[in-house]
Amino acid sequence: MTSRKSVLVLGGSSDIGRAAARAFAKAGYDVGLAGRDVAALEPDAADLRARYAIEASTHTFDVLDTASFEGFVAGLPALPDVVISIVGLLGVQPAAESDLAHATTIMRSNYEGPSLILGLFAEKFLNRGSGTIVGVSSVAGDRGRASNYVYGSAKAGFSAFLSGLRARASRGGVHVVTVKPGFVRTKMTEGMKLIGPLTVEAPVVGDAILSAVENKTDVVYVSGKWRLVMLVIKTLPEAVFKKLKF
Amino acid sequence: MTTVSGWGRFPVVDSEMLRPRSFEGVAEAVVAGSVARGNGRAYGDAAIGAARTIAMTAFDRIRSFDPATGRIRLEAGVLLSDLIDTFGPRGFLPFVVPGTRFVSIGGAIAADVHGKNHHGEGGFGRYVESILLRSGAGETIEVSREQNSDAFLATIGGMGLTGVILEATMRLRSVETGWIRERVISASDLDAAMRALEASDSATYSVAWIDCAARSRDLGRSLIYLGEHASADELGRGADRFPVGRNPGLAVPIDLPSMTLNRHSIRAFNEIYYRMGARRAGGDHVVSLYPYFFPLDSIADWNRIYGRRGFLQHQCVIPEVRAREVLGEILERASTRGDASFLAVLKKLGHGDGLLSFPLPGYTLALDFPVKGDILKFLDEIDRLVVAAGGRLYLAKDARQSRATFEAGYPALARFNAIRKALDPAKNIRSKLSQRLFDEV
Ligand SMILES: Cc1cc2nc3c(=O)[nH]c(=O)nc-3n(C[C@H](O)[C@H](O)[C@H](O)COP(=O)(O)OP(=O)(O)OC[C@H]3O[C@@H](n4cnc5c(N)ncnc54)[C@H](O)[C@@H]3O)c2cc1C
Repeated sequence: MTSRKSVLVLGGSSDIGRAAARAFAKAGYDVGLAGRDVAALEPDAADLRARYAIEASTHTFDVLDTASFEGFVAGLPALPDVVISIVGLLGVQPAAESDLAHATTIMRSNYEGPSLILGLFAEKFLNRGSGTIVGVSSVAGDRGRASNYVYGSAKAGFSAFLSGLRARASRGGVHVVTVKPGFVRTKMTEGMKLIGPLTVEAPVVGDAILSAVENKTDVVYVSGKWRLVMLVIKTLPEAVFKKLKF
Repeated sequence: MTTVSGWGRFPVVDSEMLRPRSFEGVAEAVVAGSVARGNGRAYGDAAIGAARTIAMTAFDRIRSFDPATGRIRLEAGVLLSDLIDTFGPRGFLPFVVPGTRFVSIGGAIAADVHGKNHHGEGGFGRYVESILLRSGAGETIEVSREQNSDAFLATIGGMGLTGVILEATMRLRSVETGWIRERVISASDLDAAMRALEASDSATYSVAWIDCAARSRDLGRSLIYLGEHASADELGRGADRFPVGRNPGLAVPIDLPSMTLNRHSIRAFNEIYYRMGARRAGGDHVVSLYPYFFPLDSIADWNRIYGRRGFLQHQCVIPEVRAREVLGEILERASTRGDASFLAVLKKLGHGDGLLSFPLPGYTLALDFPVKGDILKFLDEIDRLVVAAGGRLYLAKDARQSRATFEAGYPALARFNAIRKALDPAKNIRSKLSQRLFDEV
């Protein structure tokens, strides 16, 4: 047994997941990486071990397979100190408008799965009396937009879940962080038009998550500019908002 | 199609940019007219595929590291900056670093880059033990000095033309600190500079910054920077063993109109630089490795200073016996011309390891010129001096040398071509550079 703190990253093969794992490993945490394709996570675990001389493990986890969640948590070698959910699916909005199955997958991947699994960890953490839960949501959840409201609404639900959980869990010594990255240059956004000054690289998000956990921040907009942008967008009257194109 | 260029922003050409995420993806990308690209710090057209360019920076994992031996296995897209920031604090640094830390392992191997220690410790390739290569013929092979040694020697310095480097095993140097004990020597002219470098053969690191605006009696006046790794007890009390490498702060936000660089501003900059350095000459002082090795890295995108049309670096190496005379002639012509920028770099090199490695025992001089006027003709004339002296030009910096200049400078070319043919009979791997200098069109 080591006395190091530990973090479990759900969605460990995403660019933000890898960046978060590196940030925590660099700070001395042991890291668990969880994802659908556990073999694909192994090189990242090896990378963390080689770089930071910490322990890194890999775990099979599928956010759509909610029936497996209890077994997944029970099967972990130890309850981590921090759990981070980076799972999410942008999907294709126009397809989701007519394809119910696709819309369902987007909703479940961004809201149902992440909320249920973090809720489960919250129970365990509250029993223990300590722990930090991080949910990576999105600025897209701050207001539904014509161009991505299926994704955005699921993220909105997830953000609401996290804020409620935070209110409840804080009394039991458990901290909940909501992270709202704006545009991040990742696999998911490759080929998309991103607004340069509002776009960050994945490592910036990883570092922001670590510092939010260590400083017990509640809600993090990774780039401060986004807080302002979303404040404006949130306060536009609906009559004006629906005429805008984005 | 995307428009792509190297660090010098000349030439700007079309190539399809592919960003594979897996080695299978790389394998699929290695088809007609492709070449790997690391971090795009080669100045000219070396890292641009004839038809498609395979971006490698997503491959940034360390596979394994043994702190007992310093042996590391890593993916080719890992940047030297990442390696230094991660392993420096653990007491390990690369044996060889070029003048910028923002290069990938693949790019450092493919150009067999040299550092300020080439005269004593050789190039980057010397510390590479083996390479996992995806050949143009579609095979994934491990190459080393023992296994597939021909392919290994062709890959070190081979400018990506033997295939895509996927992974490499290399050795890191163990260091006590991330600080360098530096000594600055000022030299009043080229003779003095060369004498000082000659006399500093036993220094681990040495390089001279020449004021290329200085003329006549001052021609070749320079500052010579010698360096040794500082031990822990040479640090002041309370100093961190490993300094922090800041990300480039100040960025050049726009392309400066090329007006900004003119013979007056260049002369003024060099004058100030020389005087400030000369004032520090003499005693030893301890400096962070970052400004010592990577003086330009603190200004992001400094290549934009040259304006939209870009710039050319001319880096040649001249065998020792002819070096004084030929370098004097080149400097004379450059200073008469008046638009060679910043400071020129003069450095003593030793033997190269790869078949197309740039270094040979002698002196290398690097000069930057903005792309304008008759610069191409001017550089062709300088090339004639280089070729006549048995010298050569550095492919990682080149964007314009002629086929004849290249062929004269690299006598191992025939052997390289034979090995390349065996690895890639259909010549799937082709860069804009190889089209310009190697491949029959
Ligand atoms: C400010 C500055 C200072 C420099 N100082 C020095 C110096 O002191 N000494 C020195 O030697 N060089 C120096 N250079 C040049 C630089 O070190 C080389 O051009 C180096 O190759 C750049 O690495 P990169 O990863 O950016 O490669 P790129 O520029 O992307 O590619 C360079 C070459 O490597 C090949 N390549 C890249 N990745 C792979 C791969 N995975 N597999 C196969 N081939 C690959 C490309 O095909 C291309 O031929 C300097 C450059 C700059 C901008």
